Amino acid sequence: MLTPSTEDDLARMVAGAEGPLRILGGGTRPVGAVVNGTPLSTRGLAGVELYEPGALTLVAKAGTPLADVETALAAEGQRLAFEPMDHRGLLGTQGTPTIGGVVAANISGPRRIQVGAARDFLLGVRFVDGRGQVIRNGGRVMKNVTGYDLVKLMAGSHGTLGVLTEVALKVLPDAQAAATLRCRGLDDAQAVQALCRALASPYEVSGAAHLQKGAGDRPETLIRLEGFPDSVAYRAEALQKALGGVGVFEVETDPDATRAAWDGVRDVGPFHGRGGDVWRLSVKPTDAPGLVARLDGVEALYDWGGGLVWLLAPEDRGPAIRQAVSDTGGHATQVRGGGAGAFQPLAPAVAALQDALRHKFDPRGILNPGRMGRAA
Amino acid sequence: MEMPAPDPTVLARKDALIARFKEVLPKDAVISDPVETRAYECDALTAYKCPPLAVVLPSSTQEVAAALRICHEMQVPVVPRGAGTSLAGGALPSGDSVILGVARLTEVLETDFDNRFVRVQAGRTNLSVTQAVEEEGFFYAPDPSSQLACAIAGNIAMNSGGAHCLKYGVTTNNLLGVTMVLMDGTVIELGGPHLDAEGLDLLGLVCGSEGQLGVVTEATLRILHKPEGARPVLIGFDSNEVAGQCVSDIIKAGILPVAIEFMDRPCIRATEAFAGAGYPDCEALLIVEVEGSDAEIDAQLETISRIAQQHDPVELRQSASEEESARIWLGRKSAFGAMGQINDYMCLDGTIPVSQLPFVLRRIGEMSADYGLEVANVFHAGDGNMHPLILFNANTPGELERCEALGADILKLCVEAGGCLTGEHGVGVEKRDLMSDQYAPADLEIQMAVKDVFDPAWLLNPAKVFPLDISRAHRDRAA
Ligand SMILES: Cc1cc2nc3c(=O)[nH]c(=O)nc-3n(C[C@H](O)[C@H](O)[C@H](O)COP(=O)(O)OP(=O)(O)OC[C@H]3O[C@@H](n4cnc5c(N)ncnc54)[C@H](O)[C@@H]3O)c2cc1C
Repeated sequence: MLTPSTEDDLARMVAGAEGPLRILGGGTRPVGAVVNGTPLSTRGLAGVELYEPGALTLVAKAGTPLADVETALAAEGQRLAFEPMDHRGLLGTQGTPTIGGVVAANISGPRRIQVGAARDFLLGVRFVDGRGQVIRNGGRVMKNVTGYDLVKLMAGSHGTLGVLTEVALKVLPDAQAAATLRCRGLDDAQAVQALCRALASPYEVSGAAHLQKGAGDRPETLIRLEGFPDSVAYRAEALQKALGGVGVFEVETDPDATRAAWDGVRDVGPFHGRGGDVWRLSVKPTDAPGLVARLDGVEALYDWGGGLVWLLAPEDRGPAIRQAVSDTGGHATQVRGGGAGAFQPLAPAVAALQDALRHKFDPRGILNPGRMGRAA
Repeated sequence: MEMPAPDPTVLARKDALIARFKEVLPKDAVISDPVETRAYECDALTAYKCPPLAVVLPSSTQEVAAALRICHEMQVPVVPRGAGTSLAGGALPSGDSVILGVARLTEVLETDFDNRFVRVQAGRTNLSVTQAVEEEGFFYAPDPSSQLACAIAGNIAMNSGGAHCLKYGVTTNNLLGVTMVLMDGTVIELGGPHLDAEGLDLLGLVCGSEGQLGVVTEATLRILHKPEGARPVLIGFDSNEVAGQCVSDIIKAGILPVAIEFMDRPCIRATEAFAGAGYPDCEALLIVEVEGSDAEIDAQLETISRIAQQHDPVELRQSASEEESARIWLGRKSAFGAMGQINDYMCLDGTIPVSQLPFVLRRIGEMSADYGLEVANVFHAGDGNMHPLILFNANTPGELERCEALGADILKLCVEAGGCLTGEHGVGVEKRDLMSDQYAPADLEIQMAVKDVFDPAWLLNPAKVFPLDISRAHRDRAA
């Protein structure tokens, strides 16, 4: 295992590598092909380098444990608003998630629907490309259109374009209060209808989920509001009224209960410790219930108002899921049990562009080759 | 500012080129008469002008693809154009280029309020996207001040921002998908009404690529329900330092205003003389706007006022009605007009870390004195996006050059302070030659390698963004 302790170290190791490298943050999110190569861990590149609460910016080395970042932010009443999920429960992995891993896989949670994804909060990156060159893009300021936005390209590239060494993030204030509106017993279509209506309101919903099997294995539809206490109370009541036609929503304001409910959605709690494949679908919300209904023997958890569908499926459902997504639009990733075919197949012209980009960033094809499909 | 000499072999092929265009486009979509092409000789950076070889105005993605295929076969450079409001010279032609204008692509293709998106052709203006959805109470959030004129195509190419981006983000945060034509005529789709990318985030890469990677013909945009209301508070201070501290304290208190605008004394005086909004004559003025129901707005404005009081403001005026809000915004909204009234001006667009505000303002003051040119500052303080306005007289020989030199120094100062050359206007030709001040050679090389992938022959807007001496190897290799 290679464990560089400085960016220069890392650059030398990549430049001198004689074969493929398997890039690891905490190793908690092994989605996609298993890369046969020398493991290279960013663990030694750790530490928050700059944090300015008044400017809403934080810069950290890529191997910094996510928990360290979250602790530093919490001390100032701030947070990573995109609410990165923890994959350990779902994938049965161990290890310490790193901030670089969150960025490399573009990991977001329920609040993505309101504030954006990890990529939307990424202000700048430093990384080592496949030649061993140190590259910088973006910066630490909130608005920056100077040159091409490689920051977005690096987010979600799963270590196939470069090894991240440093990330700059926009952070946001924590909410003073939160509430969850909960309705039991809706079917998928009714639930997504309610979630869409809530998201199309002026009340700034920060979470919108439906569990086919919530507490007591009964369907549970959840809507989250966050903000100042009076405002949350006012909005909860207004939403309750607006959704009255669909079902009865009860308001939960206990902070611990609310946090537990949304951590469960974020980390796909209902699927933990259960056998089968896990799929993650991104679709147009109103398409989701019909798509799920076409698939036999699957269990679904809807987040993002229906736009994100988690499926627990028997092992032979892959082709049917791919077909259903290809018919309705959107994309699907097999998060557990996926291997080389985990990622959505791309249109030929787009795949050609992506292969060519990888070849420019990593001409020898040594950085996580084939991790996202089609070894370069 | 230098542009590459027009390629004489391209100029010599003009007639053949026009004939080929006329085979695939309606007659009135092909413009080659020098009198008419003159209308396209510049964008809003009017200091630089050059009529193009020809202009084509396709009406569909297929026509865009057909026109690009011809230019690709004949190796003719293409400059995509939306509404021509770029302040960076992004849409400036070269003499051997074809302007490909998307102004005829204006349709709304789909509105979907359940799924909260609208799909439009890319030549549609920014404001008319909101107009297409506002009857249902929705809006498209990025709102550049040029929104009446600028096109979604240009917004995507420049990743444009707006007054409300502190809360809602800029174009890239509100863009869900595009249809784009590559230089060889290949049509690709990136994204769609669903969220996040499959594979690499090419959509994020295309947004802000200044017309150098492909021609965008359609866009899927996120729309939001309007807030119940919005109202500002105006706060005047005796020092920039204190105003900067107040901004930081508001943010730290957990309030996320939809806008925090900052004006300095030269700007306050000029707008006061022009618009008479009743601003106090002070060193620094903040306008902070929040959104929500009436009660929610009152509560937030109270908190902001309490924070401001701790900094001894010379004036604090909380709006309680639409009329009062309009009065507070009046001066800010007429700031550019006021400057234009008294002088020629050049508008810069660097971004700095908010914490560096007092230092950067002081340095700008010193530089302004050194150059003997007045600088007025008006900007988005919440996100550090400065808009220093350098006042000059274009009729005084040498003053434009002096103004440009001061502008370059101010932008370098932004970079030194930990910021960047441009926060929302783009690089174009205006900041092209300063790119090496922000980026190391390897940083620029890999960006140019991205262009090599999308446009191997470097035909799309080739003389922009990258300093010519640095891009030469790529352009020559391609030719
Ligand atoms: C008074 C005024 C106020 C402004 N205020 C703001 C502001 O608040 N915020 C802000 O961000 N900007 C502002 N701008 C700058 C400008 O309006 C924006 O950059 C705008 O997005 C440009 O849009 P456009 O349609 O006019 O593009 P154009 O000027 O026509 O082109 C801009 C760039 O986009 C490329 N392009 C155009 N169409 C396409 C296409 N179909 N495919 C690919 N590339 C294409 C061009 O090649 C060029 O590089 C302002 C400008 C003015 C004049």
